[in-house]
Amino acid sequence: MTVITGTRPSALDVDAIRADFPILQQERDGKRLVYLDSGATSQKPTSVIEAMDEYYRTYNANVHRGVYRLSELATARYEESRVKVQRFINARSAKEVLFTANVTAALNLVAYSWGRENVGKDDVIVFTEMEHHSNIVPWQILAQITGARLEFIHVTDDGYLDESDIQKVLELRPKLLAVTAVSNVLGTINPVRELAARFHEAGTVVVVDAAQAAPHMPVDVQDWGADFVAITGHKMLGPTGVGVLWGRRELLQAMPPFLGGGDMIREVHLDHTRYAELPYKFEAGTPNISGGIGLGVAVDYLSALGMDTVREHERELVGYALERLSDVPDLRVYGPPAEYHGAAVSFTLADIHPHDLAHILDQENIAVRAGHHCAQPLMERYDIAATTRASFYIYNGQDDVDTLVTALYRAREIFRL
Amino acid sequence: MEDFYREYILDHYRNPRNRGVIESPDITYADSNPLCGDEIQIDLLVKDGLVDDVKFSGRGCAISQASVSMLTEMIEGKPIDEVKEITKEDVLELLGITLTPVRVKCALLGLKVLKSGVYGIEAAEDEDL
Repeated sequence: MTVITGTRPSALDVDAIRADFPILQQERDGKRLVYLDSGATSQKPTSVIEAMDEYYRTYNANVHRGVYRLSELATARYEESRVKVQRFINARSAKEVLFTANVTAALNLVAYSWGRENVGKDDVIVFTEMEHHSNIVPWQILAQITGARLEFIHVTDDGYLDESDIQKVLELRPKLLAVTAVSNVLGTINPVRELAARFHEAGTVVVVDAAQAAPHMPVDVQDWGADFVAITGHKMLGPTGVGVLWGRRELLQAMPPFLGGGDMIREVHLDHTRYAELPYKFEAGTPNISGGIGLGVAVDYLSALGMDTVREHERELVGYALERLSDVPDLRVYGPPAEYHGAAVSFTLADIHPHDLAHILDQENIAVRAGHHCAQPLMERYDIAATTRASFYIYNGQDDVDTLVTALYRAREIFRL
Repeated sequence: MEDFYREYILDHYRNPRNRGVIESPDITYADSNPLCGDEIQIDLLVKDGLVDDVKFSGRGCAISQASVSMLTEMIEGKPIDEVKEITKEDVLELLGITLTPVRVKCALLGLKVLKSGVYGIEAAEDEDL
């Protein structure tokens, strides 16, 4: 085997970026951490960790109600984050930016609030075979509650959405389409703008899971033209427990609240309540204040790099990874070529079960994910129990790919291949 | 790692003993590990209180497959009462390697399925495997 060392220039200064991430400074048995599981959760830069720490240490107070200085400061910082996210996804207004716990919570909000109000018996709900369970199960529950019918867009052998299925379901004039912007397994980048336009012509409301898109490429909700877009903070340098649902203002205004409680009201009487305006109507209870503040700083970090640059870096890196992986005997990669491929690369290696492979890679301090990636229908589609997934981010370079590939050859030896 | 994926483990993984299904089993049970999606089904024929035949099917990692393959070899011809007494320590000893907590689950999936079959589901859940 030949070892190619990374010499091509990168769009990002990876060494400088790594220095911002404390966790990447650690070693285990003299081996640096090769973190290839950002598709599950990203690492956090010092600036995010410190901003959250600063909140708890110096201005911890509840938001939106206190009239004292600490509370005003907490509110200001929390609401600043909302505006940062608004700019990051190019939403028309910060009122369209709802803080949630994560993508799962965001999609459930749509299913329960918009869905129960607007979907009826015999209506059609469509989602694709490459969805994460969080963009499948809420719609199954909605169908059970309302009596709506589920239809699916299947995936081709190359990992694209099946065009003939798209045409078929369009004729049914579905009430709702749920689609991921980027597959968390195949890496496929779906043509969200084109899908939104075509389904809008059929009168369909379009819900986009952007969990794997927002951290890695420019997301412009106005350009996409969808109706709801869900993102999560912890995959984009932010903390766990904070996500965002963007929704079209007129839809959000017409929707009933999802959770009732404090902070989402204008006035409460014993027998009735007037709800707060957007976005607070959908933000019952004390929010994840430190998380919201941390997400704002994460957005600052990504914005400073520029999302076009992030995408370019990952396109190059995934291209390099696909090239190097294709040389490993008996290795099969799932998903499209680099041009249409996001940051996640799934593969199987000979008869080595992904769990065994991930275990072997861990010995080299390489962190990858092995399993069904919360996408069991997709595993069934390709008739596999699991894959090994390496997912890349801004702090990964060609050296990480080289370390991975060397370890894959080592796994072949251990399995006597 | 060579120590972990020893020759006999890979041998059981690649050439599993008693792989298959029994047409009309006296006892059959299947379960999966939701964490990784590994599935194992075990079928048993019981005659005069002894395990007359045993087959397993499903898929999983080398550890889970080798473990269940060895387990089926171990119980062939044994009294069901003895099968009920098999402990996780027995299975781990059979494998002969030291496992991390996550991999212990892989190793014990076969035993969990076997015990669920011979005891009934509730009893096996009490076993905390």
